Amino acid sequence: MKSLSEIDTTSKRASRASGFSWGIAEEVGKNIRLLELFGLPGVKNLTQYYLDRKSKKYEDLKIINQKNISNTLAFCPIIAGTSFLDQSKKIEDFKELTFENLAYPLLFLPFLSRSSELIGKKISLAFDKNQFLMNLNVNILINNYPGQIIPLAKKLEIKILDNEDSFTEIEWKNLYTLSEETFVEETESLKQSGAGAGLTDND
Amino acid sequence: MKIELRNPNEVMKLSRLGSFHQSKLSFLRSFLSEFKDWEYKRDLFDLDNDGFGTAVYSFKKKERIYSLVCFANKISDDERSDRVIATKWDAAFTLHDGSPTKEDIERLKNEVPKQEVGRLSYKELTLSRANKSVRVFDHVVNNLSEGKQPDLDLLSSVGYLYRTTAVYGSGKFGLADRFRIKNREEINGPFRLEMMLVYLVRQFTFDQVNHVAKCKNPTKAVSLDKAICKNLGIGNSTGLGMAPFIVNHPTLLNNWILTRETALKKIREIQKVKPRDSLLFKDSLKKSLVNITSWNTESSYQQKKIKDLLKDVQKLIKFIENDFNFDADYPFNKIYLWLEQNACAECTEYVVSIMMEPFDNIIKPLIHQMSSDEDQYFNIPTSRKVHELKKILEDKYSEILNIDFDKKENNQKFWFISKNKEEPRLADRYIEQGSELEQPLAIARDIKKLYKRIEFLEKDSSIAEFLTNNSDLRHIVRRAFIIEKFPYSEIQDNTISESIVPIDMLRLKLSFFGALKFDPRSDKWLRICMFQGAPLPTDLKNYDDQWVYNLD
Repeated sequence: MKSLSEIDTTSKRASRASGFSWGIAEEVGKNIRLLELFGLPGVKNLTQYYLDRKSKKYEDLKIINQKNISNTLAFCPIIAGTSFLDQSKKIEDFKELTFENLAYPLLFLPFLSRSSELIGKKISLAFDKNQFLMNLNVNILINNYPGQIIPLAKKLEIKILDNEDSFTEIEWKNLYTLSEETFVEETESLKQSGAGAGLTDND
Repeated sequence: MKIELRNPNEVMKLSRLGSFHQSKLSFLRSFLSEFKDWEYKRDLFDLDNDGFGTAVYSFKKKERIYSLVCFANKISDDERSDRVIATKWDAAFTLHDGSPTKEDIERLKNEVPKQEVGRLSYKELTLSRANKSVRVFDHVVNNLSEGKQPDLDLLSSVGYLYRTTAVYGSGKFGLADRFRIKNREEINGPFRLEMMLVYLVRQFTFDQVNHVAKCKNPTKAVSLDKAICKNLGIGNSTGLGMAPFIVNHPTLLNNWILTRETALKKIREIQKVKPRDSLLFKDSLKKSLVNITSWNTESSYQQKKIKDLLKDVQKLIKFIENDFNFDADYPFNKIYLWLEQNACAECTEYVVSIMMEPFDNIIKPLIHQMSSDEDQYFNIPTSRKVHELKKILEDKYSEILNIDFDKKENNQKFWFISKNKEEPRLADRYIEQGSELEQPLAIARDIKKLYKRIEFLEKDSSIAEFLTNNSDLRHIVRRAFIIEKFPYSEIQDNTISESIVPIDMLRLKLSFFGALKFDPRSDKWLRICMFQGAPLPTDLKNYDDQWVYNLD
């Protein structure tokens, strides 16, 4: 079994060899390590993408807009991902974004996961029948495990989710009521010897 | 009195870093301190009459066990090489997490002797190999088998029976990733498991030499005297492989240097020094003269440094004995200021290390601050502004910005990874091929490039905007924001200049390991000795903390 450290280093070097700058290669090393740590096929997708790059061209998406459409060449997931990460504070205001024609969308995923941590909000991603929920870079929830190579996503939808409870007020109240059963009723004499007791608050 | 930390622009110069010495902060000393109350055992010793076979040693505390698995193999003299390109060694080792099963040992027997081309598992933590100093090993075997102890002069001139040529950890060749074990309290300090491996290997070398002597002459042989063993360490040959590490781990480097600088600052700030503390300092300083006079090297570069060191330490001892009063306020500050005026860098840093000896109360808490969770500082703060970046460069790299990289001599070298051994190398870009595959280790040059590129940019544009069209400098932007928070994270020198002395980078790292007797064999590799004078595993429970300065 390869260690995550080997995966990081080799992905970084392969990225540099595939024409990316050292700084971006460092990002990719960390990303593939993250994907593999989360049990997603990072090495598989990266290897195939770099093989494809030898004969195919991809478009570099350097500025992220609310709608990102590539009509001719598919977007490079690494440049698009780096741009997303770098511009994530600004992107946060978009709430919802779409990308059309993004190559190897799994390679885009860790950039979203890291962005989720940076902005402190969950990010959801959907393409084809796959849905992902990025939880502040702590974990990624998936509805459909993508164990194989996904060379292209025709349409991706991204939502930056507001920080909201995942339960109703009633559910919370019920839970809180239950938790109250660990409390003990204080007697009057104990109440009078507690902190601040016996003083006026206006002295 | 408040003493300022020393200026990173001075401390982080390679010539200064290359003058560092071991201290109480060094990893091998903090390893011994941490593991002194662990149960040591030799679990298996299955060697044939010539000393070839398998052995297992362990440290145990409660449920936790670390086991060194050793494989000693027969190799011919022409196969023995200290170079990293070697493929066979006298012995190969791995530190296994727990007690190895028979199946583990069989698996490891196939993999560990192959080293870089073998595959380890997440159950193994570190990996190493070593070669005999054949001259010394054979001499010791012959003498012991005749019932005599070996010639101490010969032993002292070499200092070890075996020398390692690499110690690997942190996920290399399938070894366990650091994150799997990082929360273990006993290894909360850099390179602790690497130190454990080397320490147990040292014991294996003594057991092996005794075993071979006994097999050679069962009736007459004696064991190597324990006092002699104690004065033997493990040698190590180190090349450029170590140099990029300190560039590639900026926050870790910062934490090492910062703890050392903090220790010095706190010691200088002590107003009244207790007599027993000043006595311990003076005693260690005087005894350490043996370390200097027994420091052998053929390197004229190092010989000069040793000569200056000896002269200046003697001068300091004379000053302390004749013209100095430890009852005065802030005595260590006075000694430090005297050193700055009267001693070479080699001596100043040597004495700084010895100053730490009496002050466990200062040093021990600092030891736990020497690791770093580097991922925490990986993301670039892209919403910050270009003018902030410019200010960081001007504040933190002021001398680097004065280097003219259009001059050939300032851009002479390049770092690359060799294809045959995947090891870092340094070459002349105007003579050798491959500079287009240069590693991102020319930090000074790239900082200057970054400065030039942002110098006239609109100051309020964001880093995100800058990176959109300057992806080639992304790695260096990341570093600049790291140094903003970690002042000692960067070498303040040009690592690609014609005059670079790469062994200064090795020396820095090895001093933090706790190595003694740096012996440069060229400007690109050196030999050292580790654990010379250290207590034996059976004596760990109650050992002399100043063993480094008590060599016989």
